[in-house]
Amino acid sequence: MPRLENSPSEERLIGRFPDASGHFGRYGGRFVAETLIAPLDELRESWERYRADPEFLAELDGELRHFVGRPSPLYLAARWSDRLGGARIYLKREDLNHTGAHKVNNTVGQALLAKRMGKTRIIAETGAGQHGVATATVAARLGLECVVYMGAEDVRRQAPNVFRMKLLGAQVVPVESGSRTLKDALNEAMRDWVTHVDDTYYIIGTVAGPHPYPTMVRDFNAVVGREAREQVLAQAGRLPDALVACVGGGSNAIGLFHAFLDDPGVALVGVEAGGDGVETGRHAAPLTAGSPGVLHGNRTYLMQDADGQIIETHSVSAGLDYPGVGPEHSWLKDIGRATYVTVNDDAALAAFHDLTRTEGIIPALESSHALAHAAEIAPGMARDDILVVNLSGRGDKDIQTVAAIEGITL
Amino acid sequence: MSRLAGRFAAVRAEGRAAFVTFITAGDPDAACSLAAMRALVASGADVIELGVPFSDPMADGPVIQRASERALAAGASMAGVLDQVRRFRAEDDATPIVLMGYLNPIEQYGPARFAADAAAAGVDGLITVDLPPEEASELADAARANGIDLVYLLAPTTAPDRIADICRQAGGFVYYVSLKGVTGSASIDVEAVAAKVREIRGLTSLPVGVGFGIGDAESAGRVAAVADAVVVGTALVRHFEANAETPARIPEAIAALAADMRRAIDAAARRP
Repeated sequence: MPRLENSPSEERLIGRFPDASGHFGRYGGRFVAETLIAPLDELRESWERYRADPEFLAELDGELRHFVGRPSPLYLAARWSDRLGGARIYLKREDLNHTGAHKVNNTVGQALLAKRMGKTRIIAETGAGQHGVATATVAARLGLECVVYMGAEDVRRQAPNVFRMKLLGAQVVPVESGSRTLKDALNEAMRDWVTHVDDTYYIIGTVAGPHPYPTMVRDFNAVVGREAREQVLAQAGRLPDALVACVGGGSNAIGLFHAFLDDPGVALVGVEAGGDGVETGRHAAPLTAGSPGVLHGNRTYLMQDADGQIIETHSVSAGLDYPGVGPEHSWLKDIGRATYVTVNDDAALAAFHDLTRTEGIIPALESSHALAHAAEIAPGMARDDILVVNLSGRGDKDIQTVAAIEGITL
Repeated sequence: MSRLAGRFAAVRAEGRAAFVTFITAGDPDAACSLAAMRALVASGADVIELGVPFSDPMADGPVIQRASERALAAGASMAGVLDQVRRFRAEDDATPIVLMGYLNPIEQYGPARFAADAAAAGVDGLITVDLPPEEASELADAARANGIDLVYLLAPTTAPDRIADICRQAGGFVYYVSLKGVTGSASIDVEAVAAKVREIRGLTSLPVGVGFGIGDAESAGRVAAVADAVVVGTALVRHFEANAETPARIPEAIAALAADMRRAIDAAARRP
């Protein structure tokens, strides 16, 4: 991989996008029913006010430090790097956050915002249950009522997370419509919001949805990249050659990428879920194999048929099982600033085992997609090249899935 | 004068509110859906709203979402919806048809091609639920060029200056969503609706229709007293679900309900 100097870019990207109405180039925007326009305006105005409010930012910083456990370490996976025989691989340890993933960076931020806005009821959608757990956690922490929508199929597949949410005092509503997975949970959460707009705050779990969600969720997760940039400079003395992160909706990837957007020598690589293989049609890779369209309030790449109907996705990792992707990723793909690749189920599972046995870290199946891509490219890089991989979540939640695939009864 | 404007003018001359009925195209299949359109007209519907099936109808309640699922399972497509309109239009050149749906199927069909084909098939108006006016320029231009009225929704949360702004860009009529919620939600508060309709009438000369939450003839009559049009959807679509196993009975079932509602609308004492 070529090493470029960290030269200043002609046009800075940070701070320039989205535009005032939430567009990243042709993507993003605000495609919702009229009833939601006023609450979205209220949310945008509140976010613009508090994102510049020193008192709010100090409260957020305190929560991230003492409740979440930030900063998360940047860890040199020396044994794994040696075994692969190429680039030095650093892992950004978001798995060590409270609740075990990057998701909590966003839910802490939005819940604090909800409280400032005077909202008393929190709703969320969840797929695998990680965002639901992170939301139920902060709702418990702040004493807010919490309702989580979850596809009935996912409720069945992710029983431990359903129980966690209930322990935390949340009501979990199984969604029986459509394909009974994440996208349907998001539809149902939107329906709840439109019905209870006065007292309810909707915490979207990824960098999708109508403006200002993609920007706000990015901003709450951008702490990941800010820390990683400082840490890699301190530990390795220079910027990395590439960042690698998995992309479902894309929040952990944007979180890692954002602080590096204006470092043209740092390649940004997003890894989508290839499922059984993109060529089989059973995958969750809209950036690789989809086309632009409008879903869930924004224009972005989607998995859809020729008639514009959203099609079902497949991935071993429930957290990547989403037919859309955050609009900023669509834009980064089109302008060529980031590249997007796929990793299939079997390669992700192999990386899951490999990291667990080599480094003593059990990664989430989502993060295992990023690890698998790093394992694929690292051997072709020089020994002093640097890769930073976002280890976005821990894999304890996935051990039943892995056991079932391997025919093991726990 | 467009079919929509003509129909609203005629209804106003009769001193009553218009009766706008919604069903989903292709539910449970194209032939039955077409028969249902005929039955609605025979029972007094003034305007037919035809839902374009979508896999992710975020603004609809469960009844209309399941109608979309039934239609898609039976092979519904945008081309099929337009064909249903064309076949209806071949035998009824008077009843205005408004397509109601979500943006993505139109985007994939292509906005310009969609507007041209829809106009050729006999479509008069278009409601795109998830397309606010500030994002609508491409489709609005295409619709205008083909003589299709863009009908916009107004909500209880819409601020007065925004109502005025939306009405300036709207055609045919404006559609006031009577409650915060999805289609088919709990029944509406007619006094609150009356006040809002008065406010909207002060900002536009377009007819003001009211929908969401009108579930029976009694509430249709009460809304007819205060609005220019009464929009009913979920209450009709429930009969498609109830007769899913016996689709031949659907036209008769919806005709009975539609006729009851039309009688209540005609009997309403107008409070302009």
